[in-house]
Amino acid sequence: MGKLFGVVIAVIAIASAVPIVMHTWDPPPNISTHGHAIDEQLSDTMLEAGISFLAAQLFLAFFVWKFAGRKDGAIKSFPGGARAMVIAALVLVGSEILALGVLGQKAWASVYFSPPAANALLVQAQAGQFAFYFRYPGPDGKFGVIHPDKINEGELNFFGLDPENDVEARDDIVSAELAIPSDREVHLLMHAKDVGHSFYVRELRIQQDFVPGLDLGLHFTATKPGKYEIVCTQLCGLGHYNMKAYLSVLSQGDFDEWLKQKASEQ
Amino acid sequence: MAVTVDELQQIAIDDEVSGVGGGENLVPIAGQLIAIGDHSPEPSRTGIWVALAAITMTFAAFTSALIVSQGSGPKWQHISLPPILYLNTLVLIASSFTLEFARSRVAIFARGQNAQHSVPMAWLCATLLLGFLFVAGQYAAWLRLKASGLYLATNLSSSFFYVLTAVHALHVLGGLAALAMVIKRFTEPVLTLRKSTLDSTSYYWHFMGILWLYLLLVLWMKL
Amino acid sequence: MAEATASAQHHAPPQSFIRKYVFSVDHKVIGKQYFALALVAVFVGMVLSWLMRVHLVWPGFAIPGLHFLSKVGAAGNVMTPEYYLSLMTMHGTLMVFFVLTNAPFAAFGNYFLPIQIGAEDMAFPRFNMMSFWTTFVAFCVLVAAFFVKDGPPISGWTAYAPLSAVGSDAGPGLGLGQTLWGLSIAIFCLASLLGSLNFIATTLDLRVKGMTLSRMPLCTWAWFITSCIALLAFAVLLPACILLVLDRTAGTSFFIPSGLVVNDNLQPHSGGSPLLWQHLFWFFGHPEVYIAILPAMGIVSHVLINSMRRPLLSHKVVIACMMTIGFLSYMVWGHHMFVSGMNPFSALVFSFPTLVITIPATIMTLIWLGSLYGSKLRINTASLYALGFISMFVSGGVSGFFLAQPSIDIYLHATYFVVGHFHMVMGVAALFGVFAGTYFWFPKMTGRMMNESLGKLHFLLTFIGTYCIFMPFHYLGMAGNVRRYSTFVADYLQPLMPVHRFITIAALVTGAAQFIFLFNLIYSRFKGAPAGDNPWEATSLEWSTSSPPPFDNFGGKHPIVYHDPYQYGVEGSKGDYIMQTSPEPEEAK
Repeated sequence: MGKLFGVVIAVIAIASAVPIVMHTWDPPPNISTHGHAIDEQLSDTMLEAGISFLAAQLFLAFFVWKFAGRKDGAIKSFPGGARAMVIAALVLVGSEILALGVLGQKAWASVYFSPPAANALLVQAQAGQFAFYFRYPGPDGKFGVIHPDKINEGELNFFGLDPENDVEARDDIVSAELAIPSDREVHLLMHAKDVGHSFYVRELRIQQDFVPGLDLGLHFTATKPGKYEIVCTQLCGLGHYNMKAYLSVLSQGDFDEWLKQKASEQ
Repeated sequence: MAVTVDELQQIAIDDEVSGVGGGENLVPIAGQLIAIGDHSPEPSRTGIWVALAAITMTFAAFTSALIVSQGSGPKWQHISLPPILYLNTLVLIASSFTLEFARSRVAIFARGQNAQHSVPMAWLCATLLLGFLFVAGQYAAWLRLKASGLYLATNLSSSFFYVLTAVHALHVLGGLAALAMVIKRFTEPVLTLRKSTLDSTSYYWHFMGILWLYLLLVLWMKL
Repeated sequence: MAEATASAQHHAPPQSFIRKYVFSVDHKVIGKQYFALALVAVFVGMVLSWLMRVHLVWPGFAIPGLHFLSKVGAAGNVMTPEYYLSLMTMHGTLMVFFVLTNAPFAAFGNYFLPIQIGAEDMAFPRFNMMSFWTTFVAFCVLVAAFFVKDGPPISGWTAYAPLSAVGSDAGPGLGLGQTLWGLSIAIFCLASLLGSLNFIATTLDLRVKGMTLSRMPLCTWAWFITSCIALLAFAVLLPACILLVLDRTAGTSFFIPSGLVVNDNLQPHSGGSPLLWQHLFWFFGHPEVYIAILPAMGIVSHVLINSMRRPLLSHKVVIACMMTIGFLSYMVWGHHMFVSGMNPFSALVFSFPTLVITIPATIMTLIWLGSLYGSKLRINTASLYALGFISMFVSGGVSGFFLAQPSIDIYLHATYFVVGHFHMVMGVAALFGVFAGTYFWFPKMTGRMMNESLGKLHFLLTFIGTYCIFMPFHYLGMAGNVRRYSTFVADYLQPLMPVHRFITIAALVTGAAQFIFLFNLIYSRFKGAPAGDNPWEATSLEWSTSSPPPFDNFGGKHPIVYHDPYQYGVEGSKGDYIMQTSPEPEEAK
């Protein structure tokens, strides 16, 4: 049984590595400017993790196979003993931590530590049970105030705007779809209407929670036109599985057309 | 009570042996077992410090909740503390003093140096009474707050006030139960009160006082 | 075996049925009670997982009998989306609290800690009895949530606010059921605190003559370290649950900010912080997962040493690693919150200790592997599970390394990658530790051996089966498959359905294999071969007394300890080992 088990471990370890090596279920291609750093981080980690995983499992398999049922001879000690293990762990893991920690800082910093560009396109996203709505500030560049008591889905007043009394609300453009121009930085303001939600676009390598009571901002630049899914990743109730929207990355010209069209529909 | 001094000394009042050792290496030398003193502390001594650590952690969590809440919005309305709280504080601190007097009198009694049962009893009962007075005073503070329109859910500041004082008062009630048990043991014809029990109860009681001073400060301050 | 003079019994042996088997102060009975409770919880939790997996791949499928569980949640035997989330919440809550905190720690620790240090019982036997029955009450309160009108809670075992705090406006499954959840967990905290108190006082104060701290077995050390962690962690979860229940029932706003419009109703709350719940919860939640794994590491070390017939490369280093893990576990909670909206700088601060905690875990893994080298490894079901643990711990630990880095977590957070990670370390590795302990200690607890053939079959099916279930979770995560979805409707998830189907089949088969274990447990209890005092030729104190041990563990005598716990591979000794209680001197090796 010992030898069988050794073989089983080895087979499972190698089989587990196959889909990774074959890139069978990889992340989709990155379409953002900061995503490349994240992907690099991910593949570096996968390489080290993969090697550690295989080495540990195969050594386990080999030792089980070799020493199971052994009856004769003296007990032998691994050369170097515990001290070797401590040093190996410190060196191997320590160097990985340094390498990845330093690299990772850059990738994280590019998302969070730089302020949005002055000419970034301002968009607000509101998450509520169970849909996303987006709003553009219009020609005045300002968003109208959100009045929670005025929110009325039936009347399509998703943001609780009061155009009669708020000048700034009059030219706001509300949309169920998020359209952005490619190669231009977008500054996304995130507002939660009811409970916690999250904004996730795989291809953009972006994920950020909506926190009720906290208006957060996120900025990114998309580089490849196309239609991508936005899904909610923070459990928000029974409709969580179905809470999604589409991100359309358009050329600047197409985007201007789209925005004009949307403005006329308000 | 017809207990002689000698009998009293037989009765466990000092750190007695309950667990039977640990601590010393006992590999036999030349086949002879080395006998060594083997005292381990009474578990209730360790137990009380462990319990106090847990209670500290709980109130640390409440404190961090308070700090985060004060910082998270401009709408924080800091309530002013009802003045009776300061009287309650004095009562609780006084009870710590009476407890310490009680402890030394009990020790004197148990050593057989003074067979007067009534003096330690008086101090113990004074502590119990002051403790109840404290809880009653806290209740009076709540009534005062209610009278000025501040209930549990009125605003975050009042919420924290009620929660912190209530949880503390609950723990004080626990301490009162322990004190009552100590008094009961002390009144029995044969003294069954262990010094470790009295000590542990005292540490707990003093901790309630220190904790109250801390809570008073934290509730008073605008963090 | 040398004996010290008999001392007065801690307490007299019970006579009545109630005092012997129900309200018992005997730590051995209490340990078995915890084990039984964990066994019930794990089978309920497992069935819930089957229901979830079946619904995920066949959403419209009418599961026979489901409407008996809930007329509203499963009308016509078809699960509603909210009922899926209810089952998911109860699955997680039962498994994390009532299985993984109870079985490796409360069950085996209660039974064996006092014996392994030579004590007659725990330091506070009546508190011990209270701990168990309080846990039982917590279990009943939780299960009651299945039967309330609005159904069990749907906010996950993590119960994030404001979803868990605002009440029924936010949807079905957020009414009384969620309040019962909060109360149940608060009660569980009280029970755990009492239990930890007992473990700590017992370990420090009731060790027998010659049992220095460094002579305690590794599982005893693990239970002791775990109880220190548990004491401080549960002491934080308790206030969190109190505040949550107050928000739900008393109109307070600890976790609810102003201006929320839930289901068209403007909520009358103001000033609270949802992130506060997350901080409090995870400050408990991260140490909690180490509470789940540390006892398993201790049990596995203990069993492995016995099977290898040699001590680990270093006893002291392993203890130091477990202590370091325990200490660091308090510094990393923010890694659950990298994208939560907390200050992004703190993400880097939390990431560093999260990565560093890999070091002691790696040292321990290398020591286990290195100790296998040159050993005389005996294969039995217990040792197979101990070896399997190493494999699972490596698999689960390696995926943690990805999640520890905030930039990678941006992509992998809330995907099946996370679910795969924690299931491998907790749901499989920790459980393998429990299995190893069960097969190893069953003879001591019952006086009978478990059936080895059935055990090995159970092992092989479970080892292969759990890999088949949980390894694919990582691939799904890499593809961005989001977790906590009751059905997969997003476009990009459709090509992943075949993987999900494979997982569901694997889950059902592996689940079925657990009945082999259940059968083995019950059958062997009555018909197993007699075990004798020391069937594994082991050295620690539990093997120096009868199987099962007498009421006061050592028959009125206090053992005296002469050796460290792992005198194996000793040349010239009778057999290849020296028991801790044997006055036989150690040979220079």
